[in-house]
Amino acid sequence: MRIAIASGKGGTGKTTVAVNLAVTIARQGRSVHLCDCDVEEPNAHLFLDPVFSGSWPVTVPVPAVAQDTCTHCGMCAEICEFNSIACLPSRTMIFPDLCHSCGGCWLVCPQKAITPEDETIGSISTGKAGELIFTQGRLIVGKTLVPPLIEAVKDVPGDESWIIFDAPPGTTCPVVATMQGVDFVLLVAEPTPFGRHDLALALELTRQLAIPCGVVINRYEGNPGQVEKFCLREGVEILARIPFRRQIAAACAEGGLAVDADPEVAAAVSGLIDNLRTRAVMA
Amino acid sequence: MKLVISSEGPNPTDQVDPRFGRAPYLILFDSSSETFVARDNSAQVEAAQGAGVQAAQDVVALGADALLTGHCGPKAFEVLSAAGVKIYSGFAGTVMGALRAWQGGELQPISSPDGVGRH
Repeated sequence: MRIAIASGKGGTGKTTVAVNLAVTIARQGRSVHLCDCDVEEPNAHLFLDPVFSGSWPVTVPVPAVAQDTCTHCGMCAEICEFNSIACLPSRTMIFPDLCHSCGGCWLVCPQKAITPEDETIGSISTGKAGELIFTQGRLIVGKTLVPPLIEAVKDVPGDESWIIFDAPPGTTCPVVATMQGVDFVLLVAEPTPFGRHDLALALELTRQLAIPCGVVINRYEGNPGQVEKFCLREGVEILARIPFRRQIAAACAEGGLAVDADPEVAAAVSGLIDNLRTRAVMA
Repeated sequence: MKLVISSEGPNPTDQVDPRFGRAPYLILFDSSSETFVARDNSAQVEAAQGAGVQAAQDVVALGADALLTGHCGPKAFEVLSAAGVKIYSGFAGTVMGALRAWQGGELQPISSPDGVGRH
């Protein structure tokens, strides 16, 4: 079963849920692969202390111009949807950090003066934390093309029975790239007006992608609030509630696991796994 | 001599737009004929990214020798510099006022970008 963990709002507890879910599944003796898809700011490794056994660069093709064969006809700049080429009367200039690697420029160039050249945008590391298989992507600071790196991270897992993708915050292209092709999305929400607002955005995204989803409420304070009312109104199931407690925050701050710090969290995560398992059987 | 001025509107009485790439209009002034021609830059106002790159390419295509604007970002600066277009920045007020100030003063073109590139 392939699961993406997303939220809309940042800081709601995506990584807390992802890490504690993955470790609990591994402790149950099942094969599980956790991928940190928040390549702009990966942090799941802080809670896992993994031993990496492999690391490799990820490249995307960007145009390179042979100025001596280029006639500066301007067709490359014309076809570029991303304004990454400026064609001047005596020089054609490329801005690789604006390029989305569509390949239009080297296809359209009548002189074949443009050729694709590999540009490294980041790297992938993979290894193990105990029995848990762990992979992370890391974007090079200053690079802006995130989805190809996330897609490369998602290509790493094999036939593990549980594959978990920890998504970046927001509802933009990197989150879409993380969600695409998964069986289920877990939306982690916090019971605040901001949390409810961004949960609505993330829910709308899962609906547009036609992926089934459920909600985990983090920092739950015991009384049904606006997030629960919202879920009821929208017909979205709440799969787990993680309590708001100092000992959980203290464990996370030290790089520890919430399931080890609080038995109620351990029970909530076990219940979540049981619930997800019934969905995998149904799917 | 031909100048381009970034503008909020199509007329010399309109305000200079402090942004170069995303200015709604680029106004071309030809000193030999003392005429103004407004060029619609709305395609770049709506651009997801790289507005400065394309606006700079257009300024070069217009045959301009110099640009008067508020700020010029790094990519536009690179394109304009490669084509030998001088960049004068820090202008505010009307397009006509900027032109008079440029004609009257002994201003120095900028030698490095003075705006932050934005998406």
